[in-house]
Amino acid sequence: MQLTLSPNIADPDGFYQQLIDSQREMSEAEAELMNCKLILILANHIGDREALRQALAAAGGKID
Amino acid sequence: MLKTYAYPKFSYCQSAEQREGRVARHPIVVVGAGPIGLTAALEFGRRGLRTIVLDDNDTVSVGSRAVCYARRPLEIWDRLGCAERMVEKGVSWKVGKVFFHDDLRYQFDLAPEAEHKMPAMINLQQYYLEEYIIEACKALPAVDLRWKHKLVGLRQEADHAVLTVETPDGAFEMEAEWVVACDGANSATREMVGAKFSGQFFQDRFLIADVVMKADFPAERWFWFDPPFHRGQSALLHKQADDVWRIDFQLGWDADPDEEKKPEKVIPRVRAMLGDSREFDLEWVSIYQFACRRIDDFRHGRVLFAGDAAHQVSPFGARGANTGVQDIDNLGWKLKLILDGAAPLALIDSYNAERAFAADDNLLASTRSTDFITPKSAMSRRFRDAVLELAGEYPFARPLVNSGRLSTPTPYVGSSLNTPDEDAFAGAMAPGANCADAPILVEGRNEWLLNRLGGGFVALAFGEAPAISCVNWGGVAARILVVGADFQDVKGLVGERYDGRPGTVYLIRPDQYVAARWRGFDAAKIERAIARACAA
Repeated sequence: MQLTLSPNIADPDGFYQQLIDSQREMSEAEAELMNCKLILILANHIGDREALRQALAAAGGKID
Repeated sequence: MLKTYAYPKFSYCQSAEQREGRVARHPIVVVGAGPIGLTAALEFGRRGLRTIVLDDNDTVSVGSRAVCYARRPLEIWDRLGCAERMVEKGVSWKVGKVFFHDDLRYQFDLAPEAEHKMPAMINLQQYYLEEYIIEACKALPAVDLRWKHKLVGLRQEADHAVLTVETPDGAFEMEAEWVVACDGANSATREMVGAKFSGQFFQDRFLIADVVMKADFPAERWFWFDPPFHRGQSALLHKQADDVWRIDFQLGWDADPDEEKKPEKVIPRVRAMLGDSREFDLEWVSIYQFACRRIDDFRHGRVLFAGDAAHQVSPFGARGANTGVQDIDNLGWKLKLILDGAAPLALIDSYNAERAFAADDNLLASTRSTDFITPKSAMSRRFRDAVLELAGEYPFARPLVNSGRLSTPTPYVGSSLNTPDEDAFAGAMAPGANCADAPILVEGRNEWLLNRLGGGFVALAFGEAPAISCVNWGGVAARILVVGADFQDVKGLVGERYDGRPGTVYLIRPDQYVAARWRGFDAAKIERAIARACAA
């Protein structure tokens, strides 16, 4: 599966605000933990290993 | 300490060759009488190969050490006639629980498939296991266990090795056509042949304690991440025989091993974990650190490496002794055929090919568990904690929890000894896979398939019995075993697990791995597959 890297979110400003607001009250440590959970939840939703590999690479991660 | 077990002391005996000052040539010398060296002696001895075992000590393992034994090694020991005692004495278990902070987050069951003779896993102190194998070895005239014999030098010649051995009576030389080095992670033999042993070293220390107590905890594996009684680290509880409980505490890299081993340090840790004032006795305490490393080649000339001497893994997932026993399972029949002149010398190279492949598989699994249990950075710890927090509520996160994946045999996919399939089959019994057990009926008695396969080549045939009773390639015979004639497939599980239909034939290796399979009986094809499985 090819990773979607073209705009795909309806109401981008609304989503972005929701993302920032969701962590507004958190300490750095709490926000980091939430980010980790979010990555895991979204990764499971995608499921496809090839799409996940492309996402890791697109985010600047090192891929063997 | 150590109140539940009396250590046997094996007497040193000066050998005739040392006393008489002659240099004798032996077919096989095994270095090290730990679980792997002893299994090797039993395996070789039962195949009729004269085997000398050298060990620098004179007793069994001090402390419980390896503890967990999985189904496949139990099947191997069952073939060697000593598993039933182990299972009887050991504690069978199949449920594992994972806790994070105060809460149970995840639970697994090891044995989804029933109807195998051997349990998924037993816990048994290593000293019992060694004692049972030693007793089995003593019944074999071919096995000579030499205590207080320390290998101090090794020189390789074209078709043998010359060993310098030190005993209480001084040093002497002996020759071996094959040396099987089972002398553990710090193998001196490995140093002597100049082998490389490389991999990843983990900066962490673990405290292991054997505790005697009456407790009504179930026979389950309990693993804690960051528990209230041991903040920031992990802990593990396992039940063993004789009311001995094994407890592991992760200590971190900065812990002082000598200090942490003291009872006044250990007892409060155990007390905090038990959370009450129950009585317990400390039997044995040890500190370990670990690495995930493998030898460059399992064969160096006439020296073959097995067990921790060949591959060192983290303890999570019971992969040390369990894979070492499988090294010997792979090696025994090959050495037998080579020493008998029935197979070419090239067969020995398949030992490295197959077992290095298995070691890499184990190292990968073990490294992954270690990265989960002992995260190497603040962010990997956050990911780990995120998985554990999510696992309580969301099923998707549970398979990501890795407190040690339990050891299963590695199929020898792509081994040159396999004959590739030419017919279509369903199920897991592809060439290179280890044979699944199944209940059978032999002359009205309940038995098990693996016991019937035994330790030689077998052609397992479904349907009409062929007109012949064995297939020969050179001096190697495959006995034909017919499902429905030699035994009854009472529950239909042989047929199901092997996708057997009338005409189906499996060629099974002496270590109970599938070498080849077909949909019709053709003696010429079986003969060619035996040759291939012997590297001819």
